[in-house]
Amino acid sequence: MTPQATVMIAAPVSSGRESQLVALLASMNRHPGEADPANSSVPFGQFCQLHMARFSVLHARTNDDIRAHGVRPRPWQPTLVFIADIDGDPDLFLAELCVRAGHGLRQIFSHCRDFDASCDDLLAWLHQRKQRPAASYVNWRGRTVQQIHEEAALVHFVRQQLGAVAAPGQVPPEPRALHRQLRRAMLAELADLRLRLSPPAPTPAGWWLGNLCHLLLIPLLGLLLLPVLVLLAPFYLWRLRHLERTDPENTRPPAPSHLQALLAVEDFEVTNHFNVFGQVKPGLLRLATIKAGLLLLDYSARHIYHRGYLTRIRTIHFARWVLMDGNTRVYFASNYDGSADTYMDDFINKVAWGLNLVFSNGVGYPRTRFLLKGGAEYEAKYKHTLRRNQLPSACWYKAYPGLTAVDLDNHHRIRRGLENPAPSERELREWVSLL
Amino acid sequence: MTAPRQPVDFTDVQGLVRFGHSHLPSSVFHLLWVKDASAARAWLGSAPVTSAVSEGGRPEQVLQVAFSAAGLLALGLEEGTVGGFSAAFTAGMAGDSNRSRRLGDTGPNDPGQWRWGGVEAGVPHVLLMLYATQARIVSWQEDLFNASFAQAFEHRFALPGGLGDGREHFGFMDGISQPALDWQGESPPGGHWRDAYTHRLAAGDILLGYVNEYGLYTDRPLLDPARQPAAAVLPPAAEQPQFRDLGRNGSYLVLRQLRQDVPAFWQCLDRAAGGDPARREQLAQAMVGRKRDGEPLLQAADRNAFTYDSDPAGQCCPLGAHVRRANPRTGDFPPGTSGPFKRLLRTLGLGSPSGRDDLIASTRFHRLLRRGRVYGDTIDLARALLETPGDADGDDERGLLFVCLGADIARQFEFVQNAWLNSAKFAALRDESDPLLGNRQPLPGALHSDQFSLPRAGAPAQRIAGLPQFVQVRGGEYFFLPGLRALKFIAGSER
Repeated sequence: MTPQATVMIAAPVSSGRESQLVALLASMNRHPGEADPANSSVPFGQFCQLHMARFSVLHARTNDDIRAHGVRPRPWQPTLVFIADIDGDPDLFLAELCVRAGHGLRQIFSHCRDFDASCDDLLAWLHQRKQRPAASYVNWRGRTVQQIHEEAALVHFVRQQLGAVAAPGQVPPEPRALHRQLRRAMLAELADLRLRLSPPAPTPAGWWLGNLCHLLLIPLLGLLLLPVLVLLAPFYLWRLRHLERTDPENTRPPAPSHLQALLAVEDFEVTNHFNVFGQVKPGLLRLATIKAGLLLLDYSARHIYHRGYLTRIRTIHFARWVLMDGNTRVYFASNYDGSADTYMDDFINKVAWGLNLVFSNGVGYPRTRFLLKGGAEYEAKYKHTLRRNQLPSACWYKAYPGLTAVDLDNHHRIRRGLENPAPSERELREWVSLL
Repeated sequence: MTAPRQPVDFTDVQGLVRFGHSHLPSSVFHLLWVKDASAARAWLGSAPVTSAVSEGGRPEQVLQVAFSAAGLLALGLEEGTVGGFSAAFTAGMAGDSNRSRRLGDTGPNDPGQWRWGGVEAGVPHVLLMLYATQARIVSWQEDLFNASFAQAFEHRFALPGGLGDGREHFGFMDGISQPALDWQGESPPGGHWRDAYTHRLAAGDILLGYVNEYGLYTDRPLLDPARQPAAAVLPPAAEQPQFRDLGRNGSYLVLRQLRQDVPAFWQCLDRAAGGDPARREQLAQAMVGRKRDGEPLLQAADRNAFTYDSDPAGQCCPLGAHVRRANPRTGDFPPGTSGPFKRLLRTLGLGSPSGRDDLIASTRFHRLLRRGRVYGDTIDLARALLETPGDADGDDERGLLFVCLGADIARQFEFVQNAWLNSAKFAALRDESDPLLGNRQPLPGALHSDQFSLPRAGAPAQRIAGLPQFVQVRGGEYFFLPGLRALKFIAGSER
């Protein structure tokens, strides 16, 4: 199994050079906000381990919101971020990136404040600006880009074979006979190298060990801290309720021009991209809460939710939460299927509690009760807050156009069914219904 | 979330919210542009607009009035006031290309090709909806459109419509599934806990100024009477009584003119059925999701009392059938979620036996109250099988004047149109959008959207490929159907 990794580079943009940078990033696009996979600056399509990637410029658009807490906003220089979701080793990917797209990257990052044109070690420069996410989510751990492409090709082949069988008025063959027939056809294609189904690579031992330690150590740490936490709980709850009652909301609708800028880059693909950049509420309690919330999220994403769903949500491909600027800001970036309104409705109706746990520690968020209730349940307020703190991607890439996370899951099930020489009746019935 | 429960004040609501006016077989929707704002306000101020009060039998003629955002501005409302309506309404149906992408208004549906609406100059200001008996409608129009009307408005389009015997032009009963509004505010709104599907819908999901299914109020312009004295005519806002509520007792009205190519529909099915009439009829039923008389394709107590819980794979009624996409009849939780433990598991996303749960959103947040009418001459099956597809255009075209009401255009009409009808990925389907409404445009990655699948037990789904476009959008806009006091305010607004 090849584990997935996420890479994020962040570098402040030089004053006065942002519009040039944005124009350069736009020149890499085929639709507003959507990259041409073969663009000459960063030819995303050439990287066979790259699922999704984006360049965005992070602005502190809502920086003044924190004044409502009686706190002066910290200055923030617009910052270019590059994010990539990849298979395997992130260091290897960065090295490959520098080899294949060194010139384009230099051009792009030369708009950043501390990029020296004479900088001859781009890779080291990038490494210095890596940002680790506090939490990250992968829809299906171990599903590589190569596997996705191979399985899509297999399913395409299977559906061509099925053409006649699926026509109206045809009497369908008995499922076992159909399975036998399709399996034989698949094996012939594989033998002739017209199709390929690579076996999973061995899981890297270091990763496996690290994951096991993570699985065990975090609960152990929690257990050790339990007595302290129990002692602190009444005080924590008392203080939390006080803050929940008094923290100012900012749920004004986004300015029409801002909403327009977001909409302009949405809905060209079946998958969309989301950037939310806001501030963490002042005070130790909020910082501790968001850190704990993100730890819990990261833990559950790593050990429970890596098989096609994040609680009840099945439409997110990759997501990450990053604490920035000395833990005073939080950046959330995700890739999801469907339109933004559908995505927000999904969250409100299915996992409002999960959103509240993390985002209620952000400035302006609708009022919560006991961290889990309220908040995102205030539908319109929540949508406004989210949109106001959202930023458009400048250049976004996805390696498998037109396919949703559910599609990828279905493709894999079809493959598994065909690889099984003797499926049970139940397996057979399920498999046939996917065709 | 405890909000005051209030019965709906029918005297202040336009009749269309409560009634489809189906006792009046003739209707004409007039699209007007404001020529002279003060004359327009004067005419509107005295227009005999029909309320939702039902005492003394049904009226013999009905007039309803609605305004686009551009129309409210043209009549003199302040920009800040109009900006208090929802973003979808103020942007308009063809207001930006993103909305067109989401609504499927691309390719032959592109707003650039619409008969009305769409391009900047084409956005109508006022929608007048007239309903009467056939004998009466002409003379009544002559009465209404007097000299002061001619001074006030430029009249560019008249869209006549009828009941079509309750059937749309493909020949199927239409308008069966409607929400049952909780007019009296009797049942508490569901909040975030209502497991099973029901027709019952909070009044605030259709009417502005009332509590919606979330137990909340939808955004709308709330005016300060100290700053705008004319607002005193408006009812107070339920949740902030110091403000006057321009939205209260009003609703958003979505109008779309949909041309139906009946010959294309039946000829395509005839080919797919190999000329077998029984098979052809069966395929048509599968695409619609009902029989011609409106009977559902699965066991049901009556035509509107059923869910698809017993047919999760779509073997009785295909997953992609039009009525199933438009109203999937899902609850907040997947079927079979009962008891606190199971609910907790499901909330965490665990314990899903099939892995197919949760693909479709909870239906109650996405209901539409439909008030459409058909237009154009009906065509029988025999003729439809002979005529050249695409021929009926312009004056002799036929179709549906789709009208729906709702308190939140984005969460209701646009969601249903985008995530359910137009989506090639609805319920884990692929290669197909709505069999009737789909625009058949390919997806990124050269994937198709012009197929239709009929799932079968123990066999791969049957597929019809290469469906042509049957329905084309010819025009459309978002309107605000004000309450009667709000109408008075609009008619009295002077900048």
